[in-house]
Amino acid sequence: MSIQTLTREIFDVKDLNLWYGDHHALKGIYFPIQKKEVTAMIGPSGCGKSTFLKTLNLMNKMIANVKITGEVKFDGQNILHPKTDLVELRKHVGMVFQKGNPFPQSIYDNVAYGPRIHGIKKKTHLDEIVTKALMDVALWDEVKDRLTAPALGLSGGQQQRLCIARALATKPDVLLMDEPTSALDPISTLKIEELIFELKEKYTIVIVTHNMQQAARVSDKTAFFLMGELIELSETSTIFSMPKDSRTEDYITGRFG
Amino acid sequence: MKSKTADRIATAVFVVIAIMITAILAGLFFYIFIKGFKYISFDFLTSPSSNVRAGGGIRDQLFNSFYVLFITMLITVPIGAGGGIYMAEYAKPGKVTDFIRTCIEVLSSLPSIVIGMFGLLVFVNTTGWGYTILGGALALTVFNLPTMVRTTEDALRAVPRDLKEASLALGVTHWHTIKTVMLPAAFPSILTGAILAAGRVFGEAAALLFTAGLSTPRLDYSNWNPFSEQSPLNIFRPAETLAVHIWSVNTQGLIPDVEAVSSGSAAVLVISILIFNLAARLLGSFIHKRVTATK
Repeated sequence: MSIQTLTREIFDVKDLNLWYGDHHALKGIYFPIQKKEVTAMIGPSGCGKSTFLKTLNLMNKMIANVKITGEVKFDGQNILHPKTDLVELRKHVGMVFQKGNPFPQSIYDNVAYGPRIHGIKKKTHLDEIVTKALMDVALWDEVKDRLTAPALGLSGGQQQRLCIARALATKPDVLLMDEPTSALDPISTLKIEELIFELKEKYTIVIVTHNMQQAARVSDKTAFFLMGELIELSETSTIFSMPKDSRTEDYITGRFG
Repeated sequence: MKSKTADRIATAVFVVIAIMITAILAGLFFYIFIKGFKYISFDFLTSPSSNVRAGGGIRDQLFNSFYVLFITMLITVPIGAGGGIYMAEYAKPGKVTDFIRTCIEVLSSLPSIVIGMFGLLVFVNTTGWGYTILGGALALTVFNLPTMVRTTEDALRAVPRDLKEASLALGVTHWHTIKTVMLPAAFPSILTGAILAAGRVFGEAAALLFTAGLSTPRLDYSNWNPFSEQSPLNIFRPAETLAVHIWSVNTQGLIPDVEAVSSGSAAVLVISILIFNLAARLLGSFIHKRVTATK
């Protein structure tokens, strides 16, 4: 999967439907995602935004009784095809979860985990990757003297940045973030938001957030989901100043949700 | 006021139950130690047992106990952990999985004497090996396997889902995720399961009577060739373990010092189990620290 294609779209989703058993969780979604942009997804709980996010790296496939139809093209290839190599896909599409979930290993081993498994053995090369990933998430100065210390000894915000570093270390093209700051204090949240802003230079970022100010602050495009449908997708500035759909307006002005 | 009284009564009842359990356990230990401690000597531990004369030791029985334990765990742990991994991570919920689980549960509730009889039929007669350490170890495996499968399965299920997702999301294969993230996280619980299983092996007599036998050939501890008849390491020789020895001395012993040998053996058995448990836990926490970098 080379990503040197001419289109600006890294993901192109067409008529995506998803069922958990009988529950129709995503209904006919059309969603193009542009390269090197931050796309935010907002909407009330249970609206399908996290489900949509987890379809992009097929983490949904872990759940029993899930059925997915339609087309999700990543770099021109439909990943819903049964022969899709999940390992290969997830190398290109990294993910950061709601709560920092470092492995119970040292800080260094956490970041080196992905590259090691993908075949990088040389110590100098690993050192370089780990250093760079930790620098990218602005954690290097805080942990450089204790790389062998357990990752679980870090603060919540540091753990989350470590998890971002861990995802970056496998050199993905896309970074999916599932409410990455919902468990963090305001200062840590600010750090992560600044980080998203910088990472945009190199990566495509798709972020689910409950915090509308956050969506407004960090994203280029914003999508509003409701009851499994994509109601509106447009430039962030447009959606927050003059939404086309009245339901979007109701939600962002706080009339429901 | 009434519910407060009930609360006080409940507290008192539970405290009494707790004291009773502790007292019984402590009493048992004291009884075994006081009765048996005085018979334990260097000589007792290092001389072979005698069938007729007084003053026999338990050297071979002690060695046999540890050796049978070792061989049993060598078979039980890989198969049991493998089964547990399959049940927790690969088996699809459904009729087949339920059936396997029922089988495992039935297996774990079989009386050990029945497993001994089964072992006699299969590992002694059908194979034509006669009474052997391997036969004993296989019989013990039969009734330890369920515990091992169950604890491994439960331990893996208890690993936070986050960790598994984090690893899979990095493009790591399922097996590699199990190996590098889930098993290390589940290690302490799996170890506890293995220690429990080992304790049962150590104390088991009924299942070994008909499989490992009631006798031990004359052993030469300087002979380390596992294929030699006299070697203690030979797995195709009969081996009376300590627990079996206590039983046989008490029921059919001809020696005049039955009391001394059986009390001494009982104390040694209990102390061995204690030492084994402590050592296994220390080793386990050491390994866990190394793997997970926790202090």
